[in-house]
Amino acid sequence: MTREIKTNSNLEKVLASGAFAVTGELGPPRHCSAHEVEEKAKFLVGNVDSVNITDNQTAVVRMSSLAAGLLSQKAGLEANMQAVCRDRNRIALQSDLLGAAALGINNLLCLSGDHQKFGDHPQSKNVFDLDSINLIQMVKLMRDDGRLLSGQELPPEGRPKLFIGAAFNPFADPEDYRVHRVAKKVEAGVDFLQSQCIYDMVRFRKFMAQAVDMGLTEKAYFLAGITPLKSLGMARYMKNNVPGIIVPDACIDRLKGVPKEKQSEEGDKMALEMVEELKNMKGIAGIHCMFIERERDVKSFLEQAKLLPRPKV
Amino acid sequence: MIIAERKPIDEIKGFVEGKTKVLLVGCRGCVTVCNAGGTKEVGILASLLRLDAQKEGRDLTVDEFTLERQCDPEYVDELAELVEKKYDAILSMACSVGPQFLSRRYPKEKFYPSLNTCFIGGALAHGIWAEHCQACGNCIIHKFGGMCPITRCSKSLMNGPCGGSSEGVCEISKEVECIWHLITTKVMEEDRLEDFAPIQPIKDWSTSRDGGPRKIVREELVK
Repeated sequence: MTREIKTNSNLEKVLASGAFAVTGELGPPRHCSAHEVEEKAKFLVGNVDSVNITDNQTAVVRMSSLAAGLLSQKAGLEANMQAVCRDRNRIALQSDLLGAAALGINNLLCLSGDHQKFGDHPQSKNVFDLDSINLIQMVKLMRDDGRLLSGQELPPEGRPKLFIGAAFNPFADPEDYRVHRVAKKVEAGVDFLQSQCIYDMVRFRKFMAQAVDMGLTEKAYFLAGITPLKSLGMARYMKNNVPGIIVPDACIDRLKGVPKEKQSEEGDKMALEMVEELKNMKGIAGIHCMFIERERDVKSFLEQAKLLPRPKV
Repeated sequence: MIIAERKPIDEIKGFVEGKTKVLLVGCRGCVTVCNAGGTKEVGILASLLRLDAQKEGRDLTVDEFTLERQCDPEYVDELAELVEKKYDAILSMACSVGPQFLSRRYPKEKFYPSLNTCFIGGALAHGIWAEHCQACGNCIIHKFGGMCPITRCSKSLMNGPCGGSSEGVCEISKEVECIWHLITTKVMEEDRLEDFAPIQPIKDWSTSRDGGPRKIVREELVK
């Protein structure tokens, strides 16, 4: 699969080379210490092709994804800046995208955003001027047509060269509609997609088969989301409390079958087995490792998965 | 219609604190239908305030009156004679349009809102109301199987359910139905996915409140 290179993104180059890509995730701190971003970044430098910098995830106030993205780039990573529609209208989003591209951000992940009801400011007013699909359209318009939403033209040197990403979740409902939602994202112009954490491989396989059938994997790169289960408690929490995540009983039983101190190891083992399958799954171009507050473990996981060293492109 | 509910009684008691003569004004419009501010509810609130004053040994006269509508100057005028009686406070039991119209017509009087105006909606069953419209000023519900995602999706998404839709309910609460679950299920059942596929373009919110406070002038009706 050869595709035209549209940006200066390392992630795009890795994907276009046909290599199995690996992206990571870095959650900015709930304060302004650059040190924390740098410390987290150390564990990821050289181990991932690009790192998602979350945008006030779960609607909790954190350092902005643009600022933390720049700090992580200074530390040697390539940032994939997340942008949610919850907090900014089209004016603020376009302005931030121009700024991000000017400062060297190459990837932008377009999301609707978690509702503020989950976060630390449930009293806030939300925006949702656009939704994630509209945001993809808007970024593409700026990059490829060289226009703002207003119609205002951008000079050729002033167009944000952003590799456009989005999320996909085969585990949300209605199950039969999920692939059609992704088709809309592809039609809107998304370049790559990263999935929600996968535990239910049966449903994931079914989803990917549909995406392949519909030709979607020829038009965008699909990356599979990996978050190893740390413990039985975490598995139960994810199963019961996180909407849109499915943890099958088989996973729970497998963790139950090992002593507490071995559960984390068992969780990694399950994730490694998934990665092996994903490497050969039709339509899958890489994995997206969301090791939430466990950045230090990414390297050894990827070594075991035989995904290091990362390709230099 | 506009759905409202009575404010907590302690807040209303705060409005009448230190007053000896108050008037409660109901409305026979939406708030009568949603059992929040009609003649019956005016009577109940008046009794509560009287009893409370009696219990505390305070002197309080509470008069009651219900207008046909508080959002129409011709009916608001009907209050002129009563207002002459010099009340310390007048409590409107209409949606928030009511106390604003009353304040404009009788600028020397002190008006208080006794209801919280909640939303534009309808009754799902006796005693249960739900929001159905945000008055965006450009209705396109025919594109969504007759359901409004702007109002009924917690994120006002225009292009399908987010990743938090699970078993028909919204990620914000198991009590909130995912409207996109209903819309997409209906479309799939009707085998109309293809008509439904086009991306809903970026919405123009200028007809909504975002364009500033709105006003309609119908020339043919203006005298």
